[in-house]
Amino acid sequence: MNSEMNLERRKVLKVGGGVGLLALFASIGLVSPAMAEVDRKAFSAKSMDEALSAMGVIIPEKTDAIKLSVPEIAENGAVVPVSVETTLAKVEQISFFVDKNPNVLAAHFYLPAGTEGMITTRVKMGQTANVIALVKADGKFYKASREVKVTAGGCGG
Amino acid sequence: MDMNRREFLQLLAMASAGGLMLNNSYAASDTARMYELPGAGNVSLLHITDSHAQLNPIYFREPEINLGVGVTNGKPPHLVGAALLKHFGIRPGTPEAYALTSLNFTEAAHKYGKVGGYAHLATLVKQIRASRPGALLLDGGDTWQGTGQAMWSRGQDMIDASLELGVDVMTLHWECTYGADRIKQAEQGPFAGKIDIVAQNVKTTDFGDQVFKPYVIKEINTIPVAIIGQAFPYSTIANPRYFVPDWSYGIQEENLQLVIDEARKKGAQVVVLLSHNGMDVDLKLASRVTGLDAILGGHTHDGIPVPVPVKNRNGTTLVTNAGSNGKFLGVLDFEVKAGRVVNFKYKLLPVFANLLAADKSMTALMEKHRAPYEAKLSEKLATTDGLLYRRGNFSGSFDQLILNALMKEKDAPIAFSPGFRWGTSLLPGSSITMEDVLNQTAITYPTTTVTEMTGAQIKTILEDVGDNLFNPDPYYQQGGDMVRVGGLEYTCEPGAAMGQRISDMRLNGKSLDAEKTYKVAGWAPVSEAARDKGGEPIWDLVARHLRSEKVVNITAINAPKLKGVAGNPGIV
Repeated sequence: MNSEMNLERRKVLKVGGGVGLLALFASIGLVSPAMAEVDRKAFSAKSMDEALSAMGVIIPEKTDAIKLSVPEIAENGAVVPVSVETTLAKVEQISFFVDKNPNVLAAHFYLPAGTEGMITTRVKMGQTANVIALVKADGKFYKASREVKVTAGGCGG
Repeated sequence: MDMNRREFLQLLAMASAGGLMLNNSYAASDTARMYELPGAGNVSLLHITDSHAQLNPIYFREPEINLGVGVTNGKPPHLVGAALLKHFGIRPGTPEAYALTSLNFTEAAHKYGKVGGYAHLATLVKQIRASRPGALLLDGGDTWQGTGQAMWSRGQDMIDASLELGVDVMTLHWECTYGADRIKQAEQGPFAGKIDIVAQNVKTTDFGDQVFKPYVIKEINTIPVAIIGQAFPYSTIANPRYFVPDWSYGIQEENLQLVIDEARKKGAQVVVLLSHNGMDVDLKLASRVTGLDAILGGHTHDGIPVPVPVKNRNGTTLVTNAGSNGKFLGVLDFEVKAGRVVNFKYKLLPVFANLLAADKSMTALMEKHRAPYEAKLSEKLATTDGLLYRRGNFSGSFDQLILNALMKEKDAPIAFSPGFRWGTSLLPGSSITMEDVLNQTAITYPTTTVTEMTGAQIKTILEDVGDNLFNPDPYYQQGGDMVRVGGLEYTCEPGAAMGQRISDMRLNGKSLDAEKTYKVAGWAPVSEAARDKGGEPIWDLVARHLRSEKVVNITAINAPKLKGVAGNPGIV
């Protein structure tokens, strides 16, 4: 809300974004070959069932401990902001699915131990669909789901 | 029977003295007293919304069809005509009935005259404020758009009129179609220190920073009152994205709760939301967030005389909607005791131009702004035999005129026209001037288009717009009416699921072929590609059509056959 502070933050991110942040991302992006194979299968899955089974999920539990924030109607289907915040302890993974996309898994994050369970990203959506957040915490899977409408636009009041 | 103010008042005085009934069924003295609204409580909020830049008094016919589906069926705002009057205990044939419904519109319009007008509104605001020290005037937005003059001056006439009227706080929708810079320029220029633009739900697309103050806290009679802003959530979808490319909207329910809690923590004893969500969205929102005393709403142009109390986890929130086109002034009086609201009074005052003197300085301001455009606006293009109006879920006679013009001028068998809810009415026998045409069409993306569409694509569009209107979950509605359709006949089942509402599409009696291509004329495209391609503005096309027609006689309005709406009180 403080515009001067925002300007400063923007400058810092512009300068720091190129070098500092990339180095930071590289240092935490550790993924084992076994995990990579699971990911490959999950990302090529055409249905929710297929994706979940590739990831070794039986039936994820529904929970109020995941807050999934999505727009009700997408402002631009190509970049729909989605975010998850969870109070679950020991979060290991957070994934986002779009159930009507050709490949349902849109994004998949591994969280190093001690990381806060919060992820914001953008997903692409071709049509009205459910966005599903899957959280793995302390070895168990949990999910939350919300519908996002994709519309042609125009004709507003 | 056109009465001027003096005649009207004389008639009222006679009626009240002699116990006569004006218009057979109404005690006229009630009308005379309507504007003598004694102050009540200790916190008063005056509310206008969706004036659509109508500085002068106008006629505005309310819808004869405003269907509710699912839980909204049969409840305000989805009541029209006699059902609306019955629900709110208003007698037919009264000035209020004229203001709130389409019943006997032409006759009532001749009797009670034009409504709204900023000079008349200014007089009323001054009068109401006099008995309510410290009252705030809140404007729900859609103020800078709707006339040729506002469009050509990029809202300057309305910016100046809002300052003159004494607006304290406003939020946004169509204002955004002048571009982000224009709004920020007004906020930081003429509005600075005078009018606060508030919107908790507008943030930058990159970092999610607030673009406007989410709320302001103002003291009324030493009581801190928070006004939170809610801009139209779908400005980037219902209108072109390119006007505000770096801003993101949405309902932002969770953020709203944080803002309410913050305002309460800062000591606000009254918290209201100045909303451009539309009434259905506001009703749902009121049931889900806590800590709001009222939502003062607009966007869907519903003139609702009594607030709807909505229960939520921690209490009750009042939801109002104050109509459109300057027809109404909402007056909400709260009684605040020991830090909280204990009682309220609400009155939705119709602004009858014949009953209120025009404020002199507002009149002068309006004349100054009109002068450069007077010649162009007053050009007489044609006359109309019948009543011309727009409002209604599916079409109106003015839309039919626009569709007819599009089909003829573009030599297309099918035409689409947006389901806007603004656009004034013209009585039978009136001249149609350039100003009247612009009152239906003045937008910043006015180009006309001709598109080759397959039958399947046409169905997709009708289903898509139908879902924006009739989705049973209000959060997925955009608050416009159905796209107006020329040439093509179809059946619509509002209560059906997405993709199932539209059926039996026919052109000249023949079923539409999903594979075949049809020529479709339209206007108001939202894409950048359409903007860059250019095209004649819709008002020039309609004006050309009118000059050649000379006399307009709309004999048939193309509206869909409806299914599953028998007994719905949202139809007259």
